[in-house]
Amino acid sequence: MSSLTIPITQAPQRWVLPDRGKVAMAGLIFAESAIFTIFVVAYLFYIGKSVTGPAPRDVLETPLLYTICLLSSSMTVHFASKSLERGRTGAFLGLWSLTFILGGLFLFGTAQEWHRLIYERGLTISTNLFGTTYYSLVGLHAFHVTAGLLMLLIVLIFSLSGRVSQRESGRIDVLAMYWHFVDAVWVVVFTVVYIVGR
Amino acid sequence: MSPNAIAIENSQSERHPWTEVLHEWVTTVDHKRLGILYIGYALCFLLMAGSEALIIRIQLMRAHNDFVSPQVFNRMFTMHGTTMIFFVVMPVLFGFANYLVPLMIGARDMAFPRLNAFSFWLTALGGLLLYFSFLGGSGLYGAGNAPDVGWWAYAPLGAKAFSPGHSTDYWTVALLVSGFGSVGTAINIIATVFSMRCPGMHLGRMPLLVWLNLVMSGMVLLAITPLTAAQLMLLVDRYLGGHFFDTQAGGSATLWMHFFWIFGHPEVYVLVIPAFAFMSEIIPVFSRKPIFGYPVMVGATVAIGFVSMSVWAHHMFTIGMNSYANSFFAITTMAVGVPTGIKIFNWLGTMWGGRIQFKTPMLFAIGFLGQFLIAGLTGIIQACAPVDWQLSLSYFVVAHFHYVIVGGILFAIFAAFYFWYPKFTGRMLSERLGKWNFWLLFLGFHMTFDVMHIPGILGMPRRIYTYEPRPGWETLNLIVTIGAFIQAVAILVFVYNLVVSYWKGAKAGNDPWDAWTLEWSASSPPPAYNFAMIPVVASRRPLWDLKHPEDPDSRYE
Repeated sequence: MSSLTIPITQAPQRWVLPDRGKVAMAGLIFAESAIFTIFVVAYLFYIGKSVTGPAPRDVLETPLLYTICLLSSSMTVHFASKSLERGRTGAFLGLWSLTFILGGLFLFGTAQEWHRLIYERGLTISTNLFGTTYYSLVGLHAFHVTAGLLMLLIVLIFSLSGRVSQRESGRIDVLAMYWHFVDAVWVVVFTVVYIVGR
Repeated sequence: MSPNAIAIENSQSERHPWTEVLHEWVTTVDHKRLGILYIGYALCFLLMAGSEALIIRIQLMRAHNDFVSPQVFNRMFTMHGTTMIFFVVMPVLFGFANYLVPLMIGARDMAFPRLNAFSFWLTALGGLLLYFSFLGGSGLYGAGNAPDVGWWAYAPLGAKAFSPGHSTDYWTVALLVSGFGSVGTAINIIATVFSMRCPGMHLGRMPLLVWLNLVMSGMVLLAITPLTAAQLMLLVDRYLGGHFFDTQAGGSATLWMHFFWIFGHPEVYVLVIPAFAFMSEIIPVFSRKPIFGYPVMVGATVAIGFVSMSVWAHHMFTIGMNSYANSFFAITTMAVGVPTGIKIFNWLGTMWGGRIQFKTPMLFAIGFLGQFLIAGLTGIIQACAPVDWQLSLSYFVVAHFHYVIVGGILFAIFAAFYFWYPKFTGRMLSERLGKWNFWLLFLGFHMTFDVMHIPGILGMPRRIYTYEPRPGWETLNLIVTIGAFIQAVAILVFVYNLVVSYWKGAKAGNDPWDAWTLEWSASSPPPAYNFAMIPVVASRRPLWDLKHPEDPDSRYE
C-alpha cells in the first residue's frame, strides 16, 4: 500500500469544478437570507401590535430617491465586473467608483431618515414595537450595506493604485454577488416596511 | 533558533521545544490539525458537561435531597445542555468533518484554510465565554452567576427583569460567536465539496460521509442562522430597550419559542446526520460489503434535510396552537421517520449476508442502530399531539432526546473514534479497553435512559430541583443515577484508552481495516499535504479498485 495514486483509469479529459469563491459566497448569501427572513417575519408579525404610537403611517416617508440609488448601483457593479472581465480597467474604475458613491448615498439617506425619526418624531428603538422591529430590520440591512461599502472601498483603493487587473475579475465577481444580494434584500425590506407595513 | 533550521526535511523525528509546538498548533491552518483541535476541545468540554450531569443526578438520587442549592441546580442543567449541544457534539462532528472530508475527496486541504482556523477559534472563544460566566456572570450588578435560564431561555425568562446581571448575556454571546464559527465551517465544507474534488470524483462517487456532511452543512446555514437572529433580538431587548419578546409592550413570548425551535429542531438533524455519515462508512467496512442503496441513502438524507425544516413546532404542542398547526406538525414529524427508516433498512441491508467483524467500531455501530431505532419510536409516540400534551416537559422527553443524543449520536461518535483513531495517530486503540468501554457504556446507558422513561410517564416533570417521595420515584431515580455513574466510568476508560494507545497502541499502518475510501491510501497520520500526487478515481471505492484490479467497481457503476 505504498502507492498513493489509483492507476486504473486515466484522469477525465475535462475536470472543471465551480469556483470556490462563488460557491462560498452563495453559501453565505443562503445563511444571510435565513437571518433576514427571521427579522422580516418578526416585522410582519408585529405590524399593528404596538401598544403606543407612533405608527408607521404617521412617521415613515418612502425613500424613493435613495432606493433608486441603491438599485441602480446593482447595475453599475454588474457592468464594472463585466468591463474588468474584458480587461477595460479604466471603465472598471469609473463604474466601481460610481457604485461606491451610489451605495454611500443610500447609506446617507438611511442616516438622514433615522436622524429625522429620532430627533423630530421621537421614535427610537425602545419607543414601541414598531421602533424595535423597524430599526432592527433596516439597521441590519444598513449594516450589510456598510460592510459592502468597506469592501468596495478596499477594491477601489487597490484599483486606484493600479493593482486590479483582468486576473482579479473572478474575485470581483464574488464581491459583486454580495452587492447584488444587499440590493435584493432591500427590495424585500422596502416592500415590507414601506408598502405592506403602512 | 538553530535546531529548527535543519529540521524541515526531518520534522517528524526532530524534537521541537514545546513553545514552538504550541505556536505551530495555535497558528495552524492545516485541516487535520484543526480537526484534532476541534475534537480535543470538545473532549475537554465533554468532561465538564459530564460532571454537570453527574451533579444533577446526585441531586435527584433521592427525594428531598439538598446536595446543591436550587440556583446551582438550574445553572447545572442549563450549562449541561448548552455545553453538550454547542461545545461537545457540534465541535466533535466538525472536527471529524474537517479531518475526513478533504482526505476522502482527494484534496490537499479545505477550500479556505484560514477561514477554517478562524471558525475554530471563534468556536473556542464561544466556549470560553460561556464558562467565563462562572466568574464574570455577576458583573457590576452582583446578581447571577452562570446562565440559569435553561438551554432554550424561553421569554420572558431571558428578559432583563427576570435575568439580571450578565449571565444570560454570556449565554447569548457564546452562542452567537460559536454560531458564526459554525456558519464559517459549513460554508467551508460546502465550498470544499463542490470545488476541491480530485479528478473522477463525481458527486455520485463521493463517499457517503462527504455527502452527508454536505447536507449537514447546508442545514447549518439554514438552522443556526435563525438562532443568530433570535439572539440578536434578545440582545436588542436586553441592551437597547427593545420589545421583541416583551409581552407588556405587545411583544410575543411565543415568537421566541418559534424562533428558537426553528433552530432547535433542525439542529438535532445537524447533529445526527454526521452520525449517519459515520455509520454509512463503518458498517460497510465491517460487513465486508459495499453500502446498500447508495443513491437512496443520498436521497433519503436530502429528504431528511428538507422535511426536518418544517417540524419545529412539535416542541410547542402544549402552548395551544390551533388544530391545523398541530396536525401539520404532527404529520411532518411522523414523515421524517420515513427517510430515516429507509436509512436504517439500508444499513441492515448492508449487514445482511455480509461477513460481519465484531470489532469495537462495529459494536458501537450496532448499538447505534438498535438504540437510534428506539429513540425514533419514542419520538413518533410524542409526535401525536395528544400524547405529547401528557408527556411534554416530563422526564419522558428527557429520556427520549438523550436516547437520540447519547444512544444514537454519542455511540456513533465512539464508533468513529475507534475507526479513525489509527488514521489520526498511526496507532490502534486498544480493543480490550474498547470492549470495556462499549459494554460499560451500553450497560450504563440502558440503566439510565431506559428507566428514565418511567418517572416521565408517572408524571415527574423535567428541571425540578427535588421531588416528593412518591411510590417508585426514589428507586427509579436511584437506578438512573447509578447508570449515569457507570457511563462516567465508561467515558474515563475511553479517555484512558485514547491517552495510553497514543504511546502504547499497536502500529496501525495505512489501512488497518482493509477499507475502501481515499483517506486510507495516505500514511497514518497523513502528511501535511495529504497526497503527494492528487489521486484519480473511477468508482465509489477507489481502494477496492486498487486492491482488486481484476474486478474493479468501476466496471459496474
